[in-house]
Amino acid sequence: MSGHVASGVPMVRAEGVVKRFGAQEVLKGIDLVVAPGEVVCLIGPSGSGKSTLLRCINHLEHIDGGALSVDGELVGYRQQGRFLYELKPAEVCRRRREIGMVFQHFELFPHLTALENIMMAPQIVLGRKVQDVRDEATALLDRVGLRERAGFYPSQLSGGQQQRVAIARALAMKPKLMLFDEPTSALDPELVGEVLNVMRDLAAGGMTMVVVTHEMGFARDVADRVVFMDQGRMVEEGPPNEIFARPKTERARSFLDRLVG
Amino acid sequence: MQAGENNRLPDPGPAAYPSGQASGQGLTVVPLRHPWRWVGAAVIAYVLLLIADLLITNPRWQWPTVWEYLFSGPVLMGVLATITLTILAEVVGISFGILLAIMRLSPNPLLSWSSAMFTWTFRGIPPLVMILFIYFFSALVPVLSIGIPFGPSLEVVRTNTVITQTFAAVIGLGLAQAAYVAEIVRSGILSVSQGQTSAALALGMTPLKTMRHVVFPQAMRVIVPPLGNEVISMVKATSLVSVIAYMELLTTVQVIYARTFEQIPMLMVAVIWYGVLTTVLTLVQSWIEKRLNKSAKNSPGVRR
Ligand SMILES: Nc1ncnc2c1ncn2[C@@H]1O[C@H](COP(=O)(O)OP(=O)(O)O)[C@@H](O)[C@H]1O
Ligand SMILES: [Mg+2]
Repeated sequence: MSGHVASGVPMVRAEGVVKRFGAQEVLKGIDLVVAPGEVVCLIGPSGSGKSTLLRCINHLEHIDGGALSVDGELVGYRQQGRFLYELKPAEVCRRRREIGMVFQHFELFPHLTALENIMMAPQIVLGRKVQDVRDEATALLDRVGLRERAGFYPSQLSGGQQQRVAIARALAMKPKLMLFDEPTSALDPELVGEVLNVMRDLAAGGMTMVVVTHEMGFARDVADRVVFMDQGRMVEEGPPNEIFARPKTERARSFLDRLVG
Repeated sequence: MQAGENNRLPDPGPAAYPSGQASGQGLTVVPLRHPWRWVGAAVIAYVLLLIADLLITNPRWQWPTVWEYLFSGPVLMGVLATITLTILAEVVGISFGILLAIMRLSPNPLLSWSSAMFTWTFRGIPPLVMILFIYFFSALVPVLSIGIPFGPSLEVVRTNTVITQTFAAVIGLGLAQAAYVAEIVRSGILSVSQGQTSAALALGMTPLKTMRHVVFPQAMRVIVPPLGNEVISMVKATSLVSVIAYMELLTTVQVIYARTFEQIPMLMVAVIWYGVLTTVLTLVQSWIEKRLNKSAKNSPGVRR
């Protein structure tokens, strides 16, 4: 982790990133730099392109313009001299391993227990030994406070518990970057705290995180920077206190007013 | 005792009756009557009696002959051949069907187009015609050669040494079914949400591993019931290969009655065996469905 800081290579670097779905331009030139160890919160109205940006960072969507790199490596392409070679699917998969992603609807695998959900990727993707993987997965469950739920199926867990298992599942691949897409939006209010606490711990441990969230308290406490997006553009960015207390743009102001009121 | 009590409707108690009367105090419960059910039962009983009469009193059924042949060596061999043919054709049908479904859903237009064309072609050809066509393929192409088209051939074999009866039967039945299996598998795959695929890919799994470890296990619940029906139809469809004289159950009894002229009892032998096979498969199918439903409580739709 400290190696990245020393090298000065940003964990995420987006320059003029454009993404279209058919005729609709969803990202209209995004410039974003996330330093290693930094926590960046993305806020903005629904449909502003926050999920799409995360999916682009994780190679789940092809970008249509600009340049995007993670830890110094271009997303989806390999540069050699003046040429950009499109990556083969296998290479794209290899790069995704180093990025963890947490979804709004958890997306745990319903046919596997909590423990099996966490063990799956290290076993199948990395081909590691079952015993090692099991020990690590158990430790991860412990870390998110769900050691006793190892044998439970997702349907037998509360939303908050499912989301904590989902975070542990992403951590099992030892990612250097974690992406969270509205991780608490699908939860009952009383379950939000337990998930945010896990994320706080993760941030405190030095994990680089890009978090789409509307939890102002979390953003205020944990985020180094808050980015406000609207209609495919980054409208405003700055430290949480500044953005929340004195938004510079009218769009950010009215969005925040609606969020609070 | 305990269970019996739980099954009974709870006594609403005095409070449920505004006038203060308790149930069972001078009140009699009259269950709803279903007079038409009795009429229906009478009609069914009459029809069953007619059938029984036809089966028992008509000596031309020749039941003794049926019993004589039911467990005879050739018939049992025929049953075995039908089972083997079903399994082989099913292996071809299901594996090819899965391949077609994956091709159909592939982002590669070449693959999805080929798959669609195959399905279109084979859905349009009756299986009987297909079996004959494959069997007589040697008339169209007498020798098979591997080599450069229009150029020299490297390896030459006579077509009818490759296309045996078994080959024509297995491939004909299998390919005819593959098109249907493909559609079943495709709808099963589509029933698994896109989010599951995203989650698997985000963990670094390749598309193929995602399919195998995440999508397929969940698609099974949608796939199994219609696939079971396909397997059961296959047992009966194997009788089509009697047109190329493949010695399965139907061909066997045909060969016997060609000699003895006891058509009806021999066909009855075949009917009984087909009935046994499909019944066994039906039981297997409902057992599998019950097991899958047990794990259905783990479906993503059920959240607490
Ligand atoms: N796979 C897709 N195909 C077509 N349009 C999409 C797709 N994904 C997202 N969009 C569109 O892109 C826009 C931005 O979506 P999204 O990134 O999900 O916004 P947000 O996460 O900020 O709510 C929306 O208008 C949405 O309809
Ligand atoms: Mg979103």
